[in-house]
Amino acid sequence: MAKIVVDVMLKPEILDPQGQAVGAALPRLGFTFAQSVRQGKRFEIEVEGDPTPAQLAEISKAAETLLANPVIETFVVRVEK
Amino acid sequence: MALDTVAIASTTPDQVQPFAELGLKGDEYQRIREILGRRPSSSELAMYSVMWSEHCSYKSSKVHLRQFGEKAPKSDVLLVGIGENAGVVDVGQGYAVTFKIESHNHPSFIEPYQGAATGIGGIVRDILTMGARPIAVMDPLRFGPADAPDTRRVLPGVIAGIGGYGNCLGLPNIGGEIIFDQTYAGNPLVNALCVGVMRHEQIKLAKASGPGNLVVLFGAKTGGDGIGGVSVLASETFGASGPAKRPSVQVGDPFTEKVLIECSLEIFAEDLVVGIQDLGGAGLSCATSELASGGSGGMEVELDKVPLRDPSLTPEEILMSESQERMCAIVEPSKIARFLEICEKWDVTVTVIGKVTDGDRLIITWHGEVIVDVPPRTVAHEGPVYNRPMAKPGYLDQLNAKVLDIPMPKNNAEIKVAILKLMSSANMADKSWVTAQYDKYVQGNTIQSQPQDSGMVRIDENTHLGVAISTDANASWSYLNPYEGAKLALAEAARNIATAGAKPLAVTNCLNFGSPEDPAVMWQFAETVRGLADGCLEMGLPVTGGNVSFYNQTGDVAILPTPIIGVLGVIQDVRTRMPMSFDVAGLELYLLGETRADLAGSQWAYLHNERGGQAPLANLKNEMSLIDLLLESQSLCSARHDVSQGGLTATLTEMVLENNIGATITLEGDLATALLSETPGRVVVAVHKENAPALLALATKDKITVTKIGETGGESLTINDVVMDLTELRAAFMETFPKLFG
Amino acid sequence: MRVGVVTFPGSLDDQDAARAVRFAGATPVSLWHRDSDLHGVDAVILPGGFSYGDYLRCGAISRFAPVMTSIIEQAKSGLPVLGICNGFQILCESHLLPGALTRNQGLHFLCGPQKIRIENTTSAWTSNFVKNQEIVIPLKNGEGSFQCDDSTLAQLESEGRVIARYLGENPNGSRNLIAGITNARGNVVGIMPHPEHAIDSLTGPTTDGLAFFTSVLTTLVGK
Repeated sequence: MAKIVVDVMLKPEILDPQGQAVGAALPRLGFTFAQSVRQGKRFEIEVEGDPTPAQLAEISKAAETLLANPVIETFVVRVEK
Repeated sequence: MALDTVAIASTTPDQVQPFAELGLKGDEYQRIREILGRRPSSSELAMYSVMWSEHCSYKSSKVHLRQFGEKAPKSDVLLVGIGENAGVVDVGQGYAVTFKIESHNHPSFIEPYQGAATGIGGIVRDILTMGARPIAVMDPLRFGPADAPDTRRVLPGVIAGIGGYGNCLGLPNIGGEIIFDQTYAGNPLVNALCVGVMRHEQIKLAKASGPGNLVVLFGAKTGGDGIGGVSVLASETFGASGPAKRPSVQVGDPFTEKVLIECSLEIFAEDLVVGIQDLGGAGLSCATSELASGGSGGMEVELDKVPLRDPSLTPEEILMSESQERMCAIVEPSKIARFLEICEKWDVTVTVIGKVTDGDRLIITWHGEVIVDVPPRTVAHEGPVYNRPMAKPGYLDQLNAKVLDIPMPKNNAEIKVAILKLMSSANMADKSWVTAQYDKYVQGNTIQSQPQDSGMVRIDENTHLGVAISTDANASWSYLNPYEGAKLALAEAARNIATAGAKPLAVTNCLNFGSPEDPAVMWQFAETVRGLADGCLEMGLPVTGGNVSFYNQTGDVAILPTPIIGVLGVIQDVRTRMPMSFDVAGLELYLLGETRADLAGSQWAYLHNERGGQAPLANLKNEMSLIDLLLESQSLCSARHDVSQGGLTATLTEMVLENNIGATITLEGDLATALLSETPGRVVVAVHKENAPALLALATKDKITVTKIGETGGESLTINDVVMDLTELRAAFMETFPKLFG
Repeated sequence: MRVGVVTFPGSLDDQDAARAVRFAGATPVSLWHRDSDLHGVDAVILPGGFSYGDYLRCGAISRFAPVMTSIIEQAKSGLPVLGICNGFQILCESHLLPGALTRNQGLHFLCGPQKIRIENTTSAWTSNFVKNQEIVIPLKNGEGSFQCDDSTLAQLESEGRVIARYLGENPNGSRNLIAGITNARGNVVGIMPHPEHAIDSLTGPTTDGLAFFTSVLTTLVGK
């Protein structure tokens, strides 16, 4: 069993009001470490065994077609053991 | 842990069971043992504990709520009364309308968004399960002080939750209220109302009849949501540091419920169910025991067939789970194939989990072993009934005798300041910040919604038949006199229906109180129910159902008694409805009803921390005459707005700001009293000059005092010599909510 | 004239769109998402709502419905398609229209009458308006902020493909206050506010929305 993680984020130029709201809330709670915050999505996909390059290519295609909207989002696919 | 079956329970009578942790008292536990003739299995214990909780069994309120039946006025319109999931009334033309209010107070304090969202989800399912298409929702809400940090935490989440769930279901939000009061700090009230419509022949009831018929669970899968929610959360006060027990709060999925609604309506349209029940508080325990009780009593359920989201759930947990968006139907074998087809069309999970039997016991098995074998009525309807001690609160006589200590404005400058102070206060200020988060257009039948006196929905596009609903409560009055307070709230809700031109037909209620174990609270409750029952009898409006929420208190301090009364009315032609405000200058303004010095329990008194005095006495005969006058004068008027919290100040302010047309008003007597008093039974009416004589004649006939108070027009609200520029008034009125919560 | 109105699981304003079609004088035809047969309709409306609960992204799952395969195909041959709110989101996800709709800048769901200006009156759905006509129709959404890259924006503006623009304060953060756009051919239109809720002054703020539905009939008659 392997876990493939697809992280989806809005492209940097797209307004992220949710990230902004989180960023504004942190200092109100006493956390001052953040310069900026952006919010994204994380998909965890379980597959049988270790993923082959072909499977990873397939997952990338799925990410491009469904999991992310390439007009406004970018994504990264990685394998987590 | 090994499965605790009925067989094992029969042979291990001395096994110690955690009945107290599950919320059962010692004598209640003993009674269960007597009913079964042995100790209960752990699954049976779980079922009894949730179903005998205050929230589900109404054990402290039943003896009082009986009055709604005993004092029920003769009514030709009641099709389904108290006892079913929701009441149903005949509105004419073959249409039946069902409506009900429910509370979701404690979960909303813990998790505001989900608590409020699932409150909407729950009440919508109650309406759906009667066979109706839900057509609108309303939300009467109460919060602690507007500027308190915890209100900042709770309110936005509650509004977002109500909007998030209701909007996604495609239900217009047509009204509600928001009141801030110190009394609700730590105990917000989130009451939700839903109204639905169907044809008479489509009414469905919760009964499992017909041996051999199948018990079918459909909707969402079952998970560990809110296990013990009713028994633990809604039936206990919070400790001073928060809830002592913290079970998981239910999480709602409105998309699943929307699909469930469409799927269910198609199933109903093809007449595929014999009985149906939604799974709300106490989940499967409730659905199975209530359905079985509604029939001959016999039912067999294979609990292991229940589709699970979390495979690790034990049978006890499955029985107590409050996972949302689930319904349970009784289906004849000949109709199950079609039932399954429709569920497949909508992608709704559906499983046959049991069948109706010709016995009289509810038997539940887990992988073949019997874990529950009970007489279902003892679970669902024959729970404990308490006649809790009641005692008039010791402080009340003195409180009522108090001489009011409220600074009253004495000159024009002070009056102007007072008007601005009142209308910018959180309770009176404009609520658009909230209501803009609710969809009011969906379904295309909303005739009026907030901030009108009532919400109105068209139910027939061809005949223009419509219904109107208003919810009202005045906790300040109920605190001073719970008996009168209930009548006054009833009168106000009915009046709010009538100002638009709808005829009041029936009543629902959500009674929010502190702990029933406090004799003073119990006395308030008993007086409230007595007042509401007496009031409904006098006004000829039957109570169709409702909800009781006890244990709204933190430590020893109960909330002020808050009985939210909802009145439903019918209007033959929605095109004739009367808006709350005028849109032209040159109309004459009249005040219907008399004004007396009723400052006790008013908003002005609250702003000055004065909670004492005498509540007004309800004059229901007068209120009924006023309603008659409103209905008879429908075609004569141009606009009508009721006078309630905030007195004439609020009514006039709301009228002039709605369409930005001012008014010139002349009032006799003490101006401060005229503007700030909250005497009930009053409405401000705008009429064309030529219609005034006819209006006055009708008022004389109906014995309602009418006083000309002014004219519409101009860019200010001028009251005697006080001139309020509309821009300034609007700024004060509109700024408050964005400043507090923006 | 027959105008199809698609119902996806979670569609909400499909009945209201059907009513608007009737008011305009045409016959609404209900199209089920799983059915790839468009039943010979002359035009299609993708209504508002929360199809698939807005899960993943608004319209992201709906766009793969069998009915969409046919709609995408026929749209390329000129079938008039109107996407309202969630429908607009589905059109963008399907790439029948450029750009995307994202979360409102203010983060709240907002519902209320919205003033917009109709800037393109040659599209199939706006031909009955007068150029630059200002109308009021309800806006109600949580994800209505129109976003696209600079080159797409430049193209939309230079080609006059912005069919409607918000007037006054930007209600949701849409680039250039864009409330609705059309494709190059002018048969596919996406609009964020809801014309179907402004066809009867009894239930809506105005009757300004009706012209969207009468426009397509005029367009079709002209063919």
